[in-house]
Amino acid sequence: MSTNDRAPLLEVQNLSLAFGGLRCLDGLDLTVGEGEIVSVIGPNGAGKTTLFNVITGVYPPEEGEILFEGSSILGLDPHRIARRGIARTFQTLRLFLNMTVKENVMAAAYGHTKAGVLRSVLRTPGMRREEREIERLAEERLAFFGDRLVGYRWRQPAYSLSYANRRRLEIARATAAQPRLLLLDEPAAGMNPVETHEMTELIARLREEGGYTILVIEHDMHVVEGISDRVVALDHGVKIAEGTFEQVATDPRVVEAYLGTSAAEQK
Amino acid sequence: MSEPQQPPKQPRIGVDSWVASADERRSRSPAGRVQDAYDRAPPALKLLALALPFAVFPLFVDSDYLMQVGVDTLVFVLLALGLNVAVGWVGLLDLGYVAFFGIGAYLYATVASEYAGRHWDAQFAIPLIAVAVAVTGFLVGLPSRRLVGDYLAIVTLFFLQLWLVVLVNASFTRGPNGISDIDPLEFFGRRLTSLDAYYYVALIAFVLIVSFLYLVNHSRTGRAWRALREDELAAELMTMPVNRLKLIGFAVGAGVAGIAGAIFAPVQGAVFPASFDLVLLITVYAMVVLGGAGSLIGVTVGAVVINGSLEALRDADNASWLFYGVIALVLLALLRPWWQPVAVLGATVVFGLVVHEVAEQVRPSLVGGQSFGEARIDEIVDSWVLLPQNIVTADGLPSGALGRLAYMGLVAAVLGLTLVRSRVWRLVGLVPVLYLAACVWANLLVAQAAVARFILIGALLVGLMAFRPQGLFGKQRVEIV
Repeated sequence: MSTNDRAPLLEVQNLSLAFGGLRCLDGLDLTVGEGEIVSVIGPNGAGKTTLFNVITGVYPPEEGEILFEGSSILGLDPHRIARRGIARTFQTLRLFLNMTVKENVMAAAYGHTKAGVLRSVLRTPGMRREEREIERLAEERLAFFGDRLVGYRWRQPAYSLSYANRRRLEIARATAAQPRLLLLDEPAAGMNPVETHEMTELIARLREEGGYTILVIEHDMHVVEGISDRVVALDHGVKIAEGTFEQVATDPRVVEAYLGTSAAEQK
Repeated sequence: MSEPQQPPKQPRIGVDSWVASADERRSRSPAGRVQDAYDRAPPALKLLALALPFAVFPLFVDSDYLMQVGVDTLVFVLLALGLNVAVGWVGLLDLGYVAFFGIGAYLYATVASEYAGRHWDAQFAIPLIAVAVAVTGFLVGLPSRRLVGDYLAIVTLFFLQLWLVVLVNASFTRGPNGISDIDPLEFFGRRLTSLDAYYYVALIAFVLIVSFLYLVNHSRTGRAWRALREDELAAELMTMPVNRLKLIGFAVGAGVAGIAGAIFAPVQGAVFPASFDLVLLITVYAMVVLGGAGSLIGVTVGAVVINGSLEALRDADNASWLFYGVIALVLLALLRPWWQPVAVLGATVVFGLVVHEVAEQVRPSLVGGQSFGEARIDEIVDSWVLLPQNIVTADGLPSGALGRLAYMGLVAAVLGLTLVRSRVWRLVGLVPVLYLAACVWANLLVAQAAVARFILIGALLVGLMAFRPQGLFGKQRVEIV
């Protein structure tokens, strides 16, 4: 499936960012079409997470342009970008550990609710309705993961969850921000083979049932192979290959980036 | 694309029966039952439970002094509630907080005093002051909203000092002399004349503010505050405008402090710059920390305990009983099995008798004095510790160098004791340390209740923090698991 089939949802053009002398992103172009699942791969330090940080507004890029739904999101505060419809998970989990599982998800609906301090104190009908709605939203998002994050789990603090459940909760929280584009940063990292397999199916379900467009960073090649419409390989902030999984996995430059020059030559 | 394989049949992952049954196990203990009942109670009932002890307090009190303590305590409760917003909920280390209290008090003096020539009714003055101080809080927050942790602490502390310097030097505040002819509170033309009336006004303010804060905390704003306290970046990326939320927190806390100030000024009848200094800041922080930052009931109890203790300890008799009582209780609680504290206390008594006897033989001038304390326990201890005869001079102040020497010795001995590894030698070392502590108390501290009470409160806080770092009612927070 190529990009041209779909209307572009996210367009990254000529993106560059350096920390001191270290060029993390170097003239990167990337397009993600509506409803697509695109994987970003590359060795450690290739600039994958930095790309996510620039898209979500954590770092301002030095050069380049980012268009979301056709309009620029450069220079917007991160919470505004999130409200436009880009939500993400974190490679190093960043849950609100001392809040309950349900609160974690409800908190992410902040941008789509309106009640201010005054209306909250007066408990106006609109505010009550909003609270009921986001509570239902949270329950629904958590039910997406079967019975793992429902029932008694709702009231458990997030720190009591197992590692895999924390990863799931991060995804639930990101979807509660009601995004169109979901950025998943290594969703299967640290999971056992069964859980990894589940995560592969889950990402496919996120698109089928949630309708999200998904940009995912992943190291596990089984996952990448299982989910991707398209794969983009980065090294030193430069796009070195793009295409289907088979095309990218056999690209000599990708092999070189992962394994070194001599391995690539032997191939 | 390869076809996904079905995972093999095996026990379900992610369903943890231990966690599932945790609630059940907890609710079997008595403390768990109380906790459960409290959690299930409707908010109105919780509020009633919180306010009822305050409401009945005046029925059991018939002295003006105690009513005054009650009013002061309620003002402190309001202050602690306001600080809890910034510190407990938003997680900002705000060291300029008492400046807002001062601004509230001075604003009241500006709109209702002979000096200002204005006499506004309180039903207008208090809400307006609350709004004005909240706006001030917002403005102070503006330049510091991007600062975190230590940097925010430094900037806000600077703001507090700036405010104090202005107060002392500006002419419209009458400098250190303060403004002293402040009107009593006047609602719809009716002046409050009794302390009881002030008490109930403060109580109504308390009920309103607690309700307000509870409702804010149980809304999207409160949820977002807690989220940004946990992880600022994650909160921002989950659609929460972190900077704006911090400003709201600053403003709400400042507004509450403003109301406290607007009640404090007419109660005192005068405002002075010295009333809004660092000592007050530390006291209010102690209340929040002791009660448990983040818990409304916690900071309320914290304020009552700290202010109540500080008042009770003004009296040297109470202080003595508390001093010796706390030492005995802590020993009983910490040393197991039971014979160890008994042995240590017994050994201390014998040790004291021996030292006393030896001193009497060698240098009789070192013993036989009478300390400043008049409680029964002081009379007993006086004939046991080293206490020179000339301890109290003509003007009632302690003169003994022995007390100061013993104090330094005590600090050194406690430090030395922490270096001892062997448990047996620690217990042995505890005996002279306890004796030294009694000497210090009888020679020095009992006569200076004003100083001693802060030392005792400090010791109380240190002890509590060692056992319950989250405070009395606070929830233990987990940073990394």
